[in-house]
Amino acid sequence: MDPPMDFQVVVLAGGTSDKLSPLVSKELPKALLPVANKPLLSYPLELLEASNLKNIIVVVEGDEAATQVESWLSVAYMDRLNVEVVKTPGDVGTVGAIRAVAPFLISTDILIVSGDLVSDTSPGAIAATHRRHGAAVTALFCPAPVSGGADSSTSGGKDKAKKPSRCNIVGLDPTRQFLLHVVSGAKVEKDIHIQKRIVRAVGQMEIRSDFMDAHVYAFKRTVLLDVLEKENLYSIKQDVLPYLVRTQLRSEISAKKENSADESSNGATKELPSEDININSAVPSNQNLRWLSQHREIAPSSYQEIHISDCDMNKSRPAKKTHKCCIYLSGKTQYCARLNSVQAFGDINRDMLGEASRITGYTFSAQNNVVHPTVVQGAKTTAGGQCIIAEGTILGDKCSVKRSVIGRHCRIGSNVKIVNSIVMNHITIEDNCTIQGSVISSNVQIQERASLKDCQVGAGYVITAGSEYKSEPLTKK
Amino acid sequence: MAQKKGGKTAASDDPEELARTPLQAVLLADTFNLKFRPITLERPKVLLPLVNTPMIDYTLAWLESVGVEEVFLFCCAHAEQVKEYIGNSHWGQSHAGFSITTIESNFSMSAGDALRFIEGKNVIRGDFILITGDTISNMSLTEALQAHKDRRKKDPDTVMTMFVKRSKPMPLTHQTRLGNDEIMMAIDPETKQLLYYEDRFDSSKRAVTLDKSLLADNASLYLRTDLEDCCIDICSPEVLTIFLDNFDYQHLRRHFVKGLLHDDIMGKKIYTHEIDSSYTARVDNYRSYDTISKDIIQRWSFPLVPDVLYAGNRAQMRLQREGIYKAPDVTLSPSVRIGAFTAIGSGTIIGENSSVSNSVIGELCTIGRNVSIDGCYIWDSVTIEDGCRLSHSIVCDGVHLHTGATLEPGVILSFKVEVGQNITVPAYSKVSLLPQPSKQDSDEELEYADTNSGVIDSPSIASISPANIEHDHVSSFDTEQSVLLEGGLSGVGYIWTSCETGNEEEWRYSVAPIPVEKLKEFYAKMFDEDESSSDGEQTGITHSGELISESKSTDFDDSDGEYKGDVSKFEKEVEETFERALGGVAEENVQLEINSLRMSFNVTHAECAGAVFQSVIKSAIIASNSSKSNLLKATIDAIERSKGLLSYFITNVDEEIEVILKFEEMCMEITREFAPIFSSVLHQLYDKEVITEDAILKWESEKADADESDKVFVKQSEAFLKWLKEAPEEDDEDE
Repeated sequence: MDPPMDFQVVVLAGGTSDKLSPLVSKELPKALLPVANKPLLSYPLELLEASNLKNIIVVVEGDEAATQVESWLSVAYMDRLNVEVVKTPGDVGTVGAIRAVAPFLISTDILIVSGDLVSDTSPGAIAATHRRHGAAVTALFCPAPVSGGADSSTSGGKDKAKKPSRCNIVGLDPTRQFLLHVVSGAKVEKDIHIQKRIVRAVGQMEIRSDFMDAHVYAFKRTVLLDVLEKENLYSIKQDVLPYLVRTQLRSEISAKKENSADESSNGATKELPSEDININSAVPSNQNLRWLSQHREIAPSSYQEIHISDCDMNKSRPAKKTHKCCIYLSGKTQYCARLNSVQAFGDINRDMLGEASRITGYTFSAQNNVVHPTVVQGAKTTAGGQCIIAEGTILGDKCSVKRSVIGRHCRIGSNVKIVNSIVMNHITIEDNCTIQGSVISSNVQIQERASLKDCQVGAGYVITAGSEYKSEPLTKK
Repeated sequence: MAQKKGGKTAASDDPEELARTPLQAVLLADTFNLKFRPITLERPKVLLPLVNTPMIDYTLAWLESVGVEEVFLFCCAHAEQVKEYIGNSHWGQSHAGFSITTIESNFSMSAGDALRFIEGKNVIRGDFILITGDTISNMSLTEALQAHKDRRKKDPDTVMTMFVKRSKPMPLTHQTRLGNDEIMMAIDPETKQLLYYEDRFDSSKRAVTLDKSLLADNASLYLRTDLEDCCIDICSPEVLTIFLDNFDYQHLRRHFVKGLLHDDIMGKKIYTHEIDSSYTARVDNYRSYDTISKDIIQRWSFPLVPDVLYAGNRAQMRLQREGIYKAPDVTLSPSVRIGAFTAIGSGTIIGENSSVSNSVIGELCTIGRNVSIDGCYIWDSVTIEDGCRLSHSIVCDGVHLHTGATLEPGVILSFKVEVGQNITVPAYSKVSLLPQPSKQDSDEELEYADTNSGVIDSPSIASISPANIEHDHVSSFDTEQSVLLEGGLSGVGYIWTSCETGNEEEWRYSVAPIPVEKLKEFYAKMFDEDESSSDGEQTGITHSGELISESKSTDFDDSDGEYKGDVSKFEKEVEETFERALGGVAEENVQLEINSLRMSFNVTHAECAGAVFQSVIKSAIIASNSSKSNLLKATIDAIERSKGLLSYFITNVDEEIEVILKFEEMCMEITREFAPIFSSVLHQLYDKEVITEDAILKWESEKADADESDKVFVKQSEAFLKWLKEAPEEDDEDE
């Protein structure tokens, strides 16, 4: 078996995000939110495990959340992964989270993964790309989701105002390996400012607005630690990455260790895992311009180059530093989504039932659903396609479940319709209820004849008999 | 929906229409710029020889090869010469592949005017090719033409297809190998639509600004600096109408393309077509002249190469090994060394022990012994006597270099210039028999005005016949031009002061390769720039990740640049107003006029004072007839005459200082003849109470920390300053 790559992984699991209210609570941190009946955090962890990345630090915001995550991890992954949980106070941003774990970082490269990533893009491939280029940072970008059901995709296509706000505006080199410009779409009010220096260096920059930052970054540890020392940084996505991208042709990163990695930059591959990075090695700028333009043929007259190298000879000033910022683009067929809103929670759950069902690891039956053998179904009850019903759930007579996820140990009465909804664990639904497009958190009680449409119900809420709700978040006071 | 409808109607009637129209081309035989001055004062650019064949022949040969059936040749400057040439050449004959119609206009100042004029002629019936007469190409047009027509069918708003070619600019100078400035274009990768166009790279602007809406419509776009504009376009007839509607459009790219893209008018679309394997280049400046000549010799432009191109009644050159082209009747002494990539025209004689390399030599030249020629373009009937050394120069018809003359790199010798014995012509000099027109407009708008101005701009100059000059050996014209040949040595010609770009920039567009020192300088500068910019940006980490601070400073720089341009323009206007005042306009009116100028140009009072003063001094020069003794008197007179005006505009100490500084600047640059009498004039100004002693003393103290070179005038005025300082003390004592 291959030795595990020399990568430490930091999973930013968050805490109890406001954006996901009322679904998350102190009892249920974001990391443990069930997606297709599995805690959200299990998705990145399993992905990492698949790439043999097993040195993992999970950063959780808030004490209680940390305790819960830790206890879950100890049960689920203790024997499989080398996981440590580090807690941070809330609201320190992703940079704060990394600062909190900085003392634990020892490997050459650090992979930072957002804990809400649901994807089948291999982090190992990202790590390998990072290594191959000897990059300071490599970021995963994925095509902006057009998923979330037919309805949302059509509306998304038409609605121009909405589209760029979710995506980033990125600049790529012609080979799509280097990240030359990045700005979050939401921050751009009218004009996009792109440094000419970088465009010149490549000659051709592709600017795209349909890629999304998937919050998976591979950093060189030295770079990361150096950047962390700077002030005014809050978010990796919005501050650190743009900063590194912006300064790639005149790096300000002062790595502490001296090294002699100049030659290694050319042949840097797996053989040099311990090589401490050529970021501060004396790479004169025009060489750097050359690597950016390495893929293009240079105009017939190359006399200029010769002259420039003459200049190199007698340079008396310190060589200019540069660093590489790379990009890993996930393929069109790969699934990549972040669960960072209630909307996304619904979408991702639906995707898990449909197009991205492979990620869940369940085996779907011939009816295209997953019904645990312990589930008890009453007479004339049907579980349609794209459903997951977990163990211990009891369904009464004449129920109909379509395109929904139902958690563990739920008790569902007779003649209940559940369509397009997510029902978590230990929920009681009495007879004659209709639930459409809703999310029902754990321990909710829904009394008879209630009707919910497009609602999010917080944990422990009681919906009284016969009540009707439409498009409302409902939480316990 | 609307688009679809439009598309349908266009599709229904277009095919027949397109089928009927013959392929037309508009060939602009005028470039509406000054880059080839002084040569273009005497001969139109399109007739200048490129490897011994006039440029226009290359263009016409290409048009013929791509199946153009009708060519409209637009002539403006030197229209007679162009017409005559075409009339005598085989292009005008019936057996040429197309019919050629010349359209002549003497009033067109720009490509925009030309197209408006052509629109008026009502000759264009369908899509046409727009090209200038200095373009060399061997590309095929079919694919692009078809693509253009297809796009037109789908979307009638398509007005133009621009040809672009990949050519990466040098990282240091931001120039392509043709010497063109870097262009920034944004292109839609799918449709190849041009979304953004920026030329005239201003290095102070460090960021490109793209409108976000561009990305709303297109998920991706390519931002490219590695493209070169081929200056060949396929245009729809609408282009002419757009020019007609927007009568202020002058330049094809700067106004038309930018106007369409950035001002968002009319939703018209421009597409690009990238050519890859074929050759296309435009002779836009001396550097491209050099590069393209070499490309032709190295046969990149095949079949447009010297031994294939139709030579008419001239002797065809033949290609020999090592890229040497020779006409059959060349006379070379056996000891002549001909280096690689050289062309020698018929009837040329080269004497013993001379060496020629990387050069083009025209017809009927006589080259003496021990001459060395490297990287030069020597046109027809040039006489080069023994022992001359020429490197990287252009030598026009009829030039005579006397024994031992040396041309340093970048020299341009216009028609019939003579260089005397053992004279060295300094690098980047431009020498012409015609004096430089005194009205050099550095102003961009007027750049267009002048290719034809050899005739219009300076009638007084045109009236001086070369014969005249030859006799007096050029000594009296020394206001704006310095004289080449001092000491009565034989030689004829004026050295032109560099016009637009200033001497420092001369190397950029010169025939000579960029000197290594320059590159080093640039290399160094790149570092400094980086240092400074990175300093600035350390604070630039913002939460948005946007370069906020940078974009702000950019805007500022920008407006600053404009503003400075305005000041010189303003000065010019003031000067003109002042000249009119000398012609007898009432002083009040002049005051009023200058004041309104000041407001419209938005310059400060101090600058205005400086400009008025400058005009006064300049009027003195004219009055003095440039003799030194007269000058002081004339200046005093001029000051006396305009005292009212001056005191009206010069009201406080700051303005007075500005006037002194202005005067100093003038003495160092434009009107050097004032330098010796600086202090006398200063004294006069004091006496006439135009300038107070406060201002003078302040000026002195301001200059105290300046460089030695800056203090020349302070030193000169030392006596006066001393007197000034003593005088008030006496006053004090009196009180």
